[in-house]
Amino acid sequence: MLGSIRWRDFSRHILKNRLSLTGLVLIFALLVFAVIGPYVAPYDPYTTDPINKLEDPSKAHIFGTDNLGRDILTRVLYGARISVTIAVIVLVVSGTIGTLIGIIAGYFGGGIDNILMRITDVFLAFPRLILAMAVAAALGRSLNNVVLAVAFTTWTIFARLARGQALAVKEEDYVEAARASGASSWRILFVHVLPLCISPVIIQGTIAMGGIILIVAGLGFVGFGAQPPTPEWGVMVSDGRNYLPTAWWACVFPGLAIMFTVLGFNLLGDGVRDILDPRMR
Amino acid sequence: MIAYIVRRLFWMVFVIFGVMTLTFFIARVIPADPVAAVLPSNAPDEAIEKERARMGLDKPIWVQYGRYINGILHGDLGVSIRTRQPVMEDLIRYFPATAELALASLLIGIVIGLSLGVVSAVKRGRIPDHAGRMFAIWGLSMPAFFTGLMLVILFSHILRWFPLLGQMPAYLRRPPHVTGFLILDTMIAGNWSLVVTELRHLVLPAFTLGWLSTASIVRITRSSMLEVLPEEYIKTARMKGLRESRVVLKHALKNALLPTITVIGLRVASLLEGAVLTETVFSWPGLGRYVVSSFLSIDFPAVVGVTVFIAFLYSFCNLIVDLLYGYLNPKIRYT
Repeated sequence: MLGSIRWRDFSRHILKNRLSLTGLVLIFALLVFAVIGPYVAPYDPYTTDPINKLEDPSKAHIFGTDNLGRDILTRVLYGARISVTIAVIVLVVSGTIGTLIGIIAGYFGGGIDNILMRITDVFLAFPRLILAMAVAAALGRSLNNVVLAVAFTTWTIFARLARGQALAVKEEDYVEAARASGASSWRILFVHVLPLCISPVIIQGTIAMGGIILIVAGLGFVGFGAQPPTPEWGVMVSDGRNYLPTAWWACVFPGLAIMFTVLGFNLLGDGVRDILDPRMR
Repeated sequence: MIAYIVRRLFWMVFVIFGVMTLTFFIARVIPADPVAAVLPSNAPDEAIEKERARMGLDKPIWVQYGRYINGILHGDLGVSIRTRQPVMEDLIRYFPATAELALASLLIGIVIGLSLGVVSAVKRGRIPDHAGRMFAIWGLSMPAFFTGLMLVILFSHILRWFPLLGQMPAYLRRPPHVTGFLILDTMIAGNWSLVVTELRHLVLPAFTLGWLSTASIVRITRSSMLEVLPEEYIKTARMKGLRESRVVLKHALKNALLPTITVIGLRVASLLEGAVLTETVFSWPGLGRYVVSSFLSIDFPAVVGVTVFIAFLYSFCNLIVDLLYGYLNPKIRYT
């Protein structure tokens, strides 16, 4: 059971496994760039410099410049902050909504459970990217709406997980004891059931993170996400593809940034799944 | 079993109904005015009113909802504002290209995924295992649009092995329409050199999409192989003196295949998602591109139609997987 995993064992396994350790290093690097990026970036991400457009990578511009002469390294660094921020907000929003719906369904059971889970099924009937695109198109194309659109497609993961957890916890003796001593259902739900759902939700959140970043970048690439001139990685790849193959750097570096970020989360997630399923080790 | 199928079908109907409702409400919150998309901005008020009435937008929301559901049940998804064709006809026209791409990529995913999964399990903990898993996780981490662009740079621009974009060169004439599936139609027309050209166009997009599928197939094949390999009957097979390759492929893989089939079925459904990005990169004239262009132009009937259509396909694939799984695994109880 997810909830019974001890964090100390958990971190020991992660550190022992070389692949998940690599993932951890990549994620750490991403977080560092997201925090310090804007302070160490050599240029301004928005200032255009038409004379130096599409310059090869050089000492002055390590990753080269884009079609408007903006420094790509700078924009990739700013992009790290955008990606991390969006992904974290999506996780918090969808994690909260999903967990609440899940524990309510699992704890109260019966008709409420049935209705909530059928609604979840309806959401799961859409491919996530398509649903996110529909929501983003409906709300209007902007970075804020991307958060809503992606959260709209992500909460189901947490709802199912939290429901399972609540189903298991509600049979425990101490919940029975709390009920016998007169605690209200809502009190039991928030004091006894919710805390036990938090670590599995965080673990699941780590596994889901790579997928979230991919969807955000995908939305940016097809034009539903952040809009130019925002230095969002998906948008940058989309801008850069018009100058292939000569100015490959405009497209390759932001693409690599997405790849390494998602790779980090997937490697860590893979290690986490191995721990949860010991047969795979 | 029959009762299970009936119940499962009933849920599917319920889910599809929910899908239609949810899509309707998402489309209703579109702030952009669908009338403005059809008429010029200086159109007189009467013309706007007339167009609103023609689209049924002047009716109360529940009447609109009723008409919408009724339309879908009769196979009528409305007329696209952008292409001015019935949405249903558009979907039927664009679907075959996506299906060809999805099938080819699934084939690639299965071949690579199964082989890497088996090798990973047999060489567990050694270099081939790590390399196989790494390749799979890497594929899962590459945004499909980035994989596509990198393949285009390497194989089309630099090496010039494969053509750049689309299903076939634009200057050649398409074979006569029989099935709508381009490669199939070309075969029927007997134009074999064009078939080869089309297959060459298919390679890069199919690999882009197929690589995504390998990850889950490798993972599940590896884990079920690891479960099967220590079994007594595998030892027996070895003791009988069978060749190791035969033991692994015939005795172990055959029994380890069940969970893999489930995962493959689930991949079919999510291929639709990857198709959106892959088709955008390769200018592949399929559903994915249709989705992107109709969403970008807020083509209300097309957005609704294509979303419902895709959700239907997706649920249908999942249903088939469920039923197939039950059929293949008699241990499952239908209670």
